[in-house]
Amino acid sequence: MTVPAAEPGGPGTEGPHPVPDASADPYDLVVIGAGPAGLTGAVTAAELGLTVALVDSAARPGGQYYRHPAPALGAGRPPAPHHDWTPFTDLGHRLAASRSLTHLTEHHVWSVARESDGTWTAHAVTGADGTDGRPVRTRGRALLLATGAHERHLPFPGWTLPGVVGAGGAQAMLSAGLVLPGRRVVVAGSGPLLLAVAASLAAAGARVPAVVEAAGYLRYARKPRVLAANPRKAAEALTYGAGLLRHRVRLHPRSAVTRVHGTERVEAVTVARLDRDWRPLPGTGRRIDCDALAVGHGLVPQIELATAVGCATRVLPDGTRGLALGADQETSVPGLWAAGETGGVGGAELARAEGETAARAIAARLLGRRADPARTALLRRRRDRLRAFADAMAAAHTPGPGWTGWLTDDTEICRCEEVPAGRVREAVTDLGARDPRTVKLLTRAGMGWCQGRMCGTAVACLASRGAPAPPPPDRRLLAVPVPLSALAAEEGEPWEPGLPEIREVPKDGEAPRVPEPPAAPRPPDSPRAPGSPEAACAPRPRPTP
Amino acid sequence: MSRPPAGPAGARPEPFTITFDGRPVPALPGQTLAAALWAAGILAWRTTRVGGRPRGAFCGIGQCHDCLATVNGVPNRRACLVPARPGDALTTQEGHGHDRPGS
Amino acid sequence: MRPTRRTPALAREVPDVIVVGAGMVGAACAFHAARAGLTVTVVDRGAVAGGTTGAGEGNLLVSDKEPGPELELALLSATLWAELAPLLPEDAEYEAKGGLVVASDETGLRALRAFAARQEKAGVTLRAVPGDALHDLEPYLAPGLAGGVHYPQDAQVMPALAAARLLRAGGGRITLRLGTEVTRVLTGPDGAVRGVRTTAGDLHAPHVVNAAGTWGGELARLAGVHLPVLPRRGFVLVTEPLPRLVRHKVYAADYVADVGSDSAALQTSAVVEGTPAGPVLIGASRERVGFDRTLSTEALRRLAAGATALFPVLAGARALRTYAGFRPYLPDHLPAIGPDPRVPGLLHACGHEGAGIGLAPATGLLVTACLTGARPPLDPHPFRPDRFPAGTP
Repeated sequence: MTVPAAEPGGPGTEGPHPVPDASADPYDLVVIGAGPAGLTGAVTAAELGLTVALVDSAARPGGQYYRHPAPALGAGRPPAPHHDWTPFTDLGHRLAASRSLTHLTEHHVWSVARESDGTWTAHAVTGADGTDGRPVRTRGRALLLATGAHERHLPFPGWTLPGVVGAGGAQAMLSAGLVLPGRRVVVAGSGPLLLAVAASLAAAGARVPAVVEAAGYLRYARKPRVLAANPRKAAEALTYGAGLLRHRVRLHPRSAVTRVHGTERVEAVTVARLDRDWRPLPGTGRRIDCDALAVGHGLVPQIELATAVGCATRVLPDGTRGLALGADQETSVPGLWAAGETGGVGGAELARAEGETAARAIAARLLGRRADPARTALLRRRRDRLRAFADAMAAAHTPGPGWTGWLTDDTEICRCEEVPAGRVREAVTDLGARDPRTVKLLTRAGMGWCQGRMCGTAVACLASRGAPAPPPPDRRLLAVPVPLSALAAEEGEPWEPGLPEIREVPKDGEAPRVPEPPAAPRPPDSPRAPGSPEAACAPRPRPTP
Repeated sequence: MSRPPAGPAGARPEPFTITFDGRPVPALPGQTLAAALWAAGILAWRTTRVGGRPRGAFCGIGQCHDCLATVNGVPNRRACLVPARPGDALTTQEGHGHDRPGS
Repeated sequence: MRPTRRTPALAREVPDVIVVGAGMVGAACAFHAARAGLTVTVVDRGAVAGGTTGAGEGNLLVSDKEPGPELELALLSATLWAELAPLLPEDAEYEAKGGLVVASDETGLRALRAFAARQEKAGVTLRAVPGDALHDLEPYLAPGLAGGVHYPQDAQVMPALAAARLLRAGGGRITLRLGTEVTRVLTGPDGAVRGVRTTAGDLHAPHVVNAAGTWGGELARLAGVHLPVLPRRGFVLVTEPLPRLVRHKVYAADYVADVGSDSAALQTSAVVEGTPAGPVLIGASRERVGFDRTLSTEALRRLAAGATALFPVLAGARALRTYAGFRPYLPDHLPAIGPDPRVPGLLHACGHEGAGIGLAPATGLLVTACLTGARPPLDPHPFRPDRFPAGTP
């Protein structure tokens, strides 16, 4: 359906909500992430009588799946075909109607912690990109994590050239910003997202000379029963297929982009055939001219907030890790729940089913009454069916061990710290690294701004030397970068932002620019009075002879 | 790059101007800085710390930090998340972005 | 020495010594032993630098040590590190950057100066810095500090790479067996060590060095002896890459008191330093919570508050990551180094608390002297491993 830009048909037109006082009573439920799972969980819980805080990093709800333009752009919904928009409109109405739900937009949660009284605190920084706002703490009696996924990437020579963009990134920029990375865009990698991205780009006016898929699509046929049970998914694939045919997009199965050509930006790519293990077949490389490449190899559940507090994980059929969840979506840590891609990538319909399941279970727990058994049974059946389909898809798109065959020693693995494959290989073969953490320590791969989200899969593959070792659970105690001024803030105290720009002292000896002179450095809460003789040089206790 | 037609509904809003290294770039209300740059065919707006190589938006959703930009003198803003505002001045960010004189 | 029947031998060759632990201390023991002509097998259940070595800042400090045996060990190590540095590639980031300890007020400064005077008598090179001269050393330091002491012998190294490179520098005499966990210390009928049983098979050698760091107490228990090594948790905050804002290792004077404290509760003191790669490292928190890696937001808050109080310019810098490490400490805050008289052939080199990177070379030299019968480079008596009677915690 068409959503008028200026009307509250899509949830995106919601006005700003006030930031609550962190010291106030806790919410019944804090939901982190406002994509399909979090949004469904939040409105369901509110409708069941809970007070809910919906905390999300974006300015508008929807997450990545329902990413849409800002109202000011004059387009109420993404410019490309979206087969599943109606449920989002419905969620938007429910969000708007909810009186006990507070939607905290542009809140980037960096940590969650369980307090001694059993409540949960979500620590966040605010602002469009988290750098220009004050720190906020949101407390809840229960916590639902719906933090989604990020794209999985496998490096290849030239993948850091401008014009190479994530397939999901190209989709996101198109959906929200109505822009394309180029006029002639090759789509490559692996996974069902590629077809959707290619269809979107083509519909938006890009020429898509090729969709390059590393897996063989025939592998879906191995689970015909799962496919038959998911007619909606089959129809979805047909929609994309028809769209691609109309735009004369050519699909190259069992192939990969093994090199990008260009000096300052993309000029062409080499596409090579792969064997069953994703090893490029010599002599099969073909050059395809293009000015952009959209690439991705599936999705990785984003679970660091949960692993930081000790939640158990499980290895998923595509080799990634998701949270291990109980029948009603609770993690191994009581009071902490998860829904959507955090438990395994499965799409929006599954995410909605899981969000509702979790909300009903949380409401039942907090309100001390039984969840509606008929609805619970229906949701479980739907979830199991969709999960089986997602597992079959995931298995078909698991990277084969041979993909490292297209890496040259100078291919950058870590984009942030510019660490080439040769250095990672040296750490593994010569310096005693056996796991991603040690590779990171010895090479800096994964130490930069993205904290290994882009290079994690590749580093884990190289560290295991091709052995089918699933990566260890991601541990990032800070889920997003946090200004030191925000970390240092104490509840109830005024907070001063620091200067985000830091300059070296000019060579001519001019005094450095520093912010307001602070009080003399007083180590907080030192066990002894600072500056006292004991504090400075207390003799160490020694054993009596 | 070329801007696709707007979505199924809505009138096209009035563009405003931001600058990239002093050069005017049109932007639409509600667009991120990265989207405005892409629409102008600009794909790179920083250089890396070690190799000095050009980079721009990659993941498009605030995860990879490749799109770090110096905006109105403040370095390391994620251009794919920060909305463009009239008069915003972007400058190519070099390395860690903290010692660019004068901006 | 024949392999036992039940567990196949892992290796045909019998090294002179097995070092358990591929952290910095184990690497230094292996390196010095190899340089003395011994063959060494290094066993670790994880990777190189998988424990405390991989979680520290790489401090090579004399400044935080009061006169006594640990300072002697640190002074010898400082000399040895300077000799080792040329053997290590640049990526090990050895920097003789010096330390700067600052006091916020006159009382604190008097105490710091008195402490420094005693250190100077014990052989530490240092220089008092008046408050108005602090900015010559650290231009971004907060204004208004009373003064400080500059310690040119303090240095820094990238600990994981230093350990890995030192193991390589040992050459062919060092064999690495990673991902191999020691499950038993094998002894003969006379009670003397004859090797270790591992998850991959038996390894034989007449000497076993316990360089298992925080797990040194467990390894001692496998050998039937009591060594009360306990973990003391610390968090490190790491910022985004920055220009060279912090030139020395800079810390507040109360850090020294925290190092020596016996309290289990959370203690923090600001310790701030830059790195050649760009990020600024911020420590140091101490608390005794076992091996719990859960983030303490209170520890982070104090670290960030302490660092921005010392360097206000850092307030807007972003922390990209933080991690917990566990300092292996013994009740008297001195390491256990040398032969264990209770089990002939067993030596210890663990319990260095937060100073293991700095103290590693002297530890390795001392252990090697014990193995070869050479004259020890310093008095090993204060570090004797059997100094804790059974029953102590």
